[in-house]
Formats: sequence, C-alpha cells, structure tokens
Amino acid sequence: MLRGRAFKFGDNISTDNIVPGRLAHLRSNLPELAKHVMEDADPTFAARVKSGDFIVGGSNFGLGSSREHAPLVIKMAGVSAVLAKSVARIFFRNAINLGLPVLICDTDKINDGDIIEVDLTVGTVRDITNGNQLAFGKIPEVMLHILDEGGIIPYIQKHGDFKV
Amino acid sequence: MIPVGKTLAEKILSQKSGSDARAGDIVIANIDLVFMQDTTGPLTVKQFQSSGTSRLANPDKTYVFLDHAAPSPASSLSNDHIFLRDFAEQFGCYCSCVGDGVCHQLVAESLAKPGDVIVGADSHTVTAGALGAFATGMGSSDIAVAMTLGKTWLRVPESVRVLVTGRFPRGVYAKDLILYLIGLIGADGATYQALEFHGTTVNNMTISERLTIANMAVEAGAKVGLFAADEKTHKYLVGQGRGDYYQSLFPDADAVYHRTIKINAAKLEPMVSKPHTVDNTAKACDLKGTKIHQVFIGTCTNGRLDDLAIAANILRGKVAKPRLIVAPASRQVLMAAIKEGFITTLVETGAVILPPGCGACLGLHQGVLGNGEACLSTANRNFKGRMGNPESFIYLGSPATAAATALTGEITDPREVM
Repeated sequence: MLRGRAFKFGDNISTDNIVPGRLAHLRSNLPELAKHVMEDADPTFAARVKSGDFIVGGSNFGLGSSREHAPLVIKMAGVSAVLAKSVARIFFRNAINLGLPVLICDTDKINDGDIIEVDLTVGTVRDITNGNQLAFGKIPEVMLHILDEGGIIPYIQKHGDFKV
Repeated sequence: MIPVGKTLAEKILSQKSGSDARAGDIVIANIDLVFMQDTTGPLTVKQFQSSGTSRLANPDKTYVFLDHAAPSPASSLSNDHIFLRDFAEQFGCYCSCVGDGVCHQLVAESLAKPGDVIVGADSHTVTAGALGAFATGMGSSDIAVAMTLGKTWLRVPESVRVLVTGRFPRGVYAKDLILYLIGLIGADGATYQALEFHGTTVNNMTISERLTIANMAVEAGAKVGLFAADEKTHKYLVGQGRGDYYQSLFPDADAVYHRTIKINAAKLEPMVSKPHTVDNTAKACDLKGTKIHQVFIGTCTNGRLDDLAIAANILRGKVAKPRLIVAPASRQVLMAAIKEGFITTLVETGAVILPPGCGACLGLHQGVLGNGEACLSTANRNFKGRMGNPESFIYLGSPATAAATALTGEITDPREVM
C-alpha cells in the first residue's frame, strides 16, 4: 500500500515541463538535475514534495521528448507513482523501465493536496480526503513483469532476455 | 479466423519478429538500427554498463550522434561528448562528428531502409518512417537493452490510415498538412497507434516532404508515422548511393485500420501552431499582427535543401526584419545549399547560418529566446520552455511561412509575399 499527498497538475504536462532541455548540461549530474523536477510546471514543487507523494496529472502526461531523465527525476524526488487520465507512450515505457508505477484513472476525482492511498495489487486508488475510490487501468502484462523486477535493467540482469 | 491483410506496421513487425503480428500483439522484434544522441546518450551508456553486459549485440548497427549540443556550449556537455566518443571507440560502433547534422537526417540519408525496425533514444526517431521503416523513439534504458540484445519488445500498434488527395495550393506544404492533422486529432490523437499515410498527394510527395510529416507523427502521440516504400523511395535511395537497399513495401489491400482520416490537400491553407502545444493550430492569415523577434529555419522537420530553397526564393534580394537563424539539417544539405547559392542568398538577407545540427530547437544553445520574445520556428515542438526560456513563445510553421514572417517581423501568410 502506497500513501502520500497528491500534487495536482493539468493536461499535457510535457517532458520540458518536467525537466527542460535547457538543463541538459546537468544530465550527467543527476542530483543537481533532480533539484529542478517539474520546475516549468510548478517551481515550488521540488521544495514541497516529500518521499511517498504522488504526481497527479490530467491527460497526455509526459508528452514530448524521449528523455528518461523525466521519470528519473520524478523518482529521485521520492514520488511513489504517477497518476493520470492518460499518458504519452514513451514516458509510460520509461517510467515502468525505472520501476516507477504509472496508473491510469479518472484524476478529476482527486484534488490537489489530498491524501491518497494506492493498492497496486488490487488496482485501486482511494482518496482519503474526499472519500472517492477509483479503479486504475490494467498495466500490460509485459510491463507488469518489468515493474515487478524494479525496472528493465534489473529484469534483464535477472532473466538475460525478454520473457514474453 | 479468416486471415485478413496487414498494415505496414503489421507487415514489418511480422517479418522482424518471425510471427504473425497483429494489432494488439506483443512481439519481440529484431532491430536493424539502434542509436542515441548526445543528450540521451550518456544515460543510455550508463544503463548499458549497469546491465552488466560487456558487448554490443551488433556494433555495426549501433550509432552515436553528436547533434543536440554541437558544437558544445558548456564544459559538462563537452565531457558528455568525450564520454560518448570513448564508448564508441571501446565498443566498436560509429560516432558522428559535431557538424555532421541531426541524427534523423543522417539516418535518412545514410542508414534507414524500407522494412527496417529502428529504435533511437530520441522521440523524433519516427522520421525514418518516411522511408518505410518502423522507426520509433524510446528512452535510454530501452535503448541500452536493445543495444545489448539486438531486439526489443513492441506492442503492434493499431493503424490510422490518413488518406490525402488533391494538390497543395500555392504557399501550402507538407508542414501545413501535418500541422493541420495534429490540430484535427490532437496531441494525443494517435497515442500508441501508427499513422499510415496514403493517397495521391502522398504518392506525389518527395522523400523530404514525407520526412517532414513522419517526423511530426509523435506530436500526435503516434508510435510511428509510416509511408509505403515506392518508386519515390527507390529514387531517393539511388540518389544517396543506396539503391540496393530498396525493397517495395505496401500494406495489403484488405488491411484493417482503426480508422481512416480523409484530407483534401487542395483545401488546406498555411498553418501555424501557437504556444504552448503543437495541436493549438490556427491559419497563418488569422495570426497577422503577431510580433515575432526571431525566425528559425532548420531542424529534422524542415532543415533540408528544398526547405532552404523555399526560404531563399522568398527572401532573395530582401532584408530580414527580425533575427533570422538558419540551421541546415546535415553537412550534405549545407554543401548542396552552398552550391545552389541558397546560403549566399540567406546570408545577404541577414541570416545567421548555424552548423548542421539541432541548433536553436531545444533550448540548449544557438538561439535561446529572451523573456517575452516570440519565435516563428520550422521545428516540431513549441512546448513552454522548449527554446530555453519558459518566459518565451514559440510558433511553428512551414519554411515559407517562416520566410514570409522574416520579411515583416510579424506572422505572415506566405501567399502574401509569393
């Protein structure tokens, strides 16, 4: 069971909102890069987020660049999962590949600052603050196996190949 | 079940996975080309190293491109270049030189062929779909695994057939078509799907025009933007000295599509994407009066010879009002543009010519916008902060719209100046 606060964002949060290209000179200095997480969507986020919190987006979360640094800095901030109405393809793969769960549900029913609980095994999100209970969409099986191993690199280290 | 025909995506993935690949299936596909660039490459190499492997599955199919920060504007990025060059040398794969050009243009010119599966650590890897390759962008970990195993897992996408008929009117180009389509279906209108382009307009398009369209498939969320490999493809590959790489590739007549979108090219007008999403489109003529401080012509979307020709022909003998920055997509394009006189024409109008590469597109160098400034760019993305400053504004348009805008300093419909 995951439990934390919801940080609410709107639709179309791009990888430039999450970790802008102008900071590419910091990509080989990840602790420094991570200080800028979500900077162009909410400059106060990095200072406020605590380990276990959730990013709650709208539709098409993570559109844009293939930069894996986007889910990486979110994970480094201690965020335990990203919830969104829909998620862009590359960001989805990248997040799962790093062991960061991405859950598709009706995020309109979650308010900024709410305390929420996520049960990954049952597939439910509970908003403790407003009492809403939501089901999240099934993660494809191949991605679930990768997530179970903590990401694609540990998955390949363990299996040596794709087990599909 | 009665067997039915296959889309381009299903055909390519069937061949590369050795299975009967159908939309929705998960397949393991062999990879013909895997690449990274200088801003995604260092993490890719680190993930490759951490996976514990000591060799590339196919060094001759693995490429490193230095294009995003090229030449480097910061010592940390210079050190990333050193890291990538050292990696390429150690593992026996190719690494491009600063100034060779944008990875996607170099892939099109020298590497991609019909029927290939291509994965790159860059979202605009989709560009090679113009040549009939199943080409898609991935993150660093996926690319590291693809380098290690020589294969990747893919969900076979449903395909959307985009059927385009009619001739482009004067002043309307492939860029206007793809901006119109993205405006129509939205920035997530084709998420997880393949866009497959057909119709008489598409048949008549040059490969450069097809590259512009395939390049922006990802801006509608698509996994790939695919074109059949036809006589135009053959001619292009012959022109690049790669005629023997050609195979014809068409979908089956009874292929099953998720949906069909019909567009009459003859009815299109010059289009512009407004800040801060690509699907926020308007007709260029409706944005008259919007002040522009910088015009940027280049990138993997519109930095090819025909793009520079269109711009040069509009600007010849005149003076650009706002800053005009031009970045040819590759060394080959730059050399041809010098030979044809386009570079001289553009420099005479006041243009700054950047080295072949990504230039000002992603906000790292060579044209970062100031607070409150607006840019009309021929690139593919106008997200907030994309060109290095979240306090600036990016409009996207064709090279003709960019050149017309350079003449007036405000967004201008190119038909007014042609």
